[in-house]
Amino acid sequence: MTLKTTFLGAAAALALTSGAALADPAIIFDLGGKFDKSFNESSYNGAERWKAETGGSYRDVELQSDAQREQALRRFAENGFNPIIMAGFSFATALETVAADFPDTKFAIIDMVVDAPNVRSVVFNEHEGSYLVGIAAAYAAEGDTVSFVGGMDIPLISKFACGYAQGFKSVKPEGEVIVNMTGTTPAAWNDPVKGGELTRAQKAAGSEVVFAAAGGTGLGVLQTAADEDMLAIGVDSNQNYLQPGHVLTSMVKRVDNAVYDAFMQGEDLETGIFVMGLANEGVGAAIDEYNEALITPEMKAAMDDATAKIISGEVVVHDYMSDETCPAY
Amino acid sequence: MNKMPKWADAVLIPLISILLAFFFSGLVIWAIGKDPVVAIKTMVQGAFGSTSGISYTLYYATNFIFTGLAVAVAYHARLFNIGGEGQAMLGGLGVTLVCLAVPWPHWTLALPAAMIGGALFGAAWAFIPAWLQAKRGSHIVITTIMFNYIGAALLGYLLTKVLKVPGSMLTESARFPEGAHLPNFSEILAPFGINFSPNAPANMAFFVALLCTFLFWILIWKTRLGYEIRAYGQSETAAKYAGINPSRIVIIAMLISGGLAGLMAINNVMGEAERLIDNAVEGAGFIGIAVALMGRNHPIGILLAALLFGFLYQGGAELSFWESIPRELVVVIQALVIMFTGALDNMVRMPLEKLFVALGKNKKKEA
Repeated sequence: MTLKTTFLGAAAALALTSGAALADPAIIFDLGGKFDKSFNESSYNGAERWKAETGGSYRDVELQSDAQREQALRRFAENGFNPIIMAGFSFATALETVAADFPDTKFAIIDMVVDAPNVRSVVFNEHEGSYLVGIAAAYAAEGDTVSFVGGMDIPLISKFACGYAQGFKSVKPEGEVIVNMTGTTPAAWNDPVKGGELTRAQKAAGSEVVFAAAGGTGLGVLQTAADEDMLAIGVDSNQNYLQPGHVLTSMVKRVDNAVYDAFMQGEDLETGIFVMGLANEGVGAAIDEYNEALITPEMKAAMDDATAKIISGEVVVHDYMSDETCPAY
Repeated sequence: MNKMPKWADAVLIPLISILLAFFFSGLVIWAIGKDPVVAIKTMVQGAFGSTSGISYTLYYATNFIFTGLAVAVAYHARLFNIGGEGQAMLGGLGVTLVCLAVPWPHWTLALPAAMIGGALFGAAWAFIPAWLQAKRGSHIVITTIMFNYIGAALLGYLLTKVLKVPGSMLTESARFPEGAHLPNFSEILAPFGINFSPNAPANMAFFVALLCTFLFWILIWKTRLGYEIRAYGQSETAAKYAGINPSRIVIIAMLISGGLAGLMAINNVMGEAERLIDNAVEGAGFIGIAVALMGRNHPIGILLAALLFGFLYQGGAELSFWESIPRELVVVIQALVIMFTGALDNMVRMPLEKLFVALGKNKKKEA
């Protein structure tokens, strides 16, 4: 009897707390965890910025297993959280079913397109930002060879590599871009040692600038580039400060802005496909006090020129994911 | 020598161990500034308070029953199979190949075929370490754990190069056809007028797990093969003297073990995900070791231990959803339970045994 009342009390308490949280937004981080110095952390920063500016509160969770994707989505939707943001493309399958079951809840997914009336799909023109850093690499390199270290071998990462190669070849058409992927499993996102080995091998093959689009693996690339006196290019968050003087620039992807915007709109979240590119500052090349000295005036001019031309549509950077081929390599 | 009564061995020791584990977990929760009572309530409510919660608990428990039984079969032959993880992964591959090969008209046909596929692949993955142990004396602990890594690498390769849907970024196979859909608890219970959450993962595989638990009991305690397995486990020399062929027992026990681990895939791959995803086993193979240890390698014990771990998994998920307790601490709590029930068994057992011996002596004196 007492046990039963305890349970009922607990149920009532739960119902009350979830009632109070009505219409708060929620964010679900991917398996990498929210402090990954890269993608998830960027979305966390966006949510925190919203919290600091509005004084609101939000619910977040880091998943432990794939089976929890749908569960977390459903539990948050059932308890009235709105909108619900997902950081990462792996949520697509779960979202497709859950979005249909909760037509009054708004969802936002980053890095993937899910076609449903109550879903905002935020995708980034990584190829445009990568094109810019490719130009920077071409000006920074004295010779004709630069390189790229990718994380897991998926089309998204080839999109970075392809944009980078196109930018580089727009300046040095006869040059060479060495492209290496760290692996074919998710472990490739967190293998800094192998990232370092690949960088060393690329240096031996003549590379002077290396662009790392590899999550945690990239930290090893940046470290090795500093050890071997090369230049590196960071990714996602601004990583210029990690190895000052050896990070030429970072191809930033403003995931934080995507989360911040979605939280700001709240329950009235506009749905549909939102493309974050150079034009709306969704991607770009980071310049700050850590890399100013490395950016020469003509490099800056060429990058600004390319930015203007991409925004105006004069230059179209080929998107690898549109046809899974790359004209530049 | 005086021994403890059976009920104390089977019930009292695990109970005390669990209570100790929960006590220390409570201390951990308290140390990070949360209320342990609220946390326990959230876990219990989350795991058993709704049909959806129950369904998740049973879903996880189903995984653990399969892997727990797998470890236990091998353990009766004194073989420590810690390759359940890899065998379950390969079982997932077998189930996937079966489900994708044929446009199945109905699950009643797809399920038996998938079971054969999963069990065959799991058993095949266990066969190599078993053969190496039986014929070459390579220690099974080393080989099975190494085969986990080989299995993970093999599946990673297949998922990125062969089974992946072209153009997709997700490392997963295509979705299984409709006909391979296993009814979940909602669909099973609807004809009986029972409402069950339609979107929760517990499915037909749970009943297969129960059936396997029963068959396990028959095999180990009611058949000649089970007798041979136990005899070999108790004493290899005695078994040899009795005319039991050790190589044969090692290989057969490991094949059954791997097959049971592979059968887990009908739950997580066929029942829940309905496609093969990377790292689909998510540690259930290792949890199986804890489940078997805690369940004393007895089917009833394994069933109860699997339920406990199902509760820990689902309750742990609810903890991180609602109490903002970081997932790392949820793992700490799970680890505490494993430590107290598995590794620190003697810590509870020794004093208890002494206590019972003392009690026994007193009684004799009185008599």
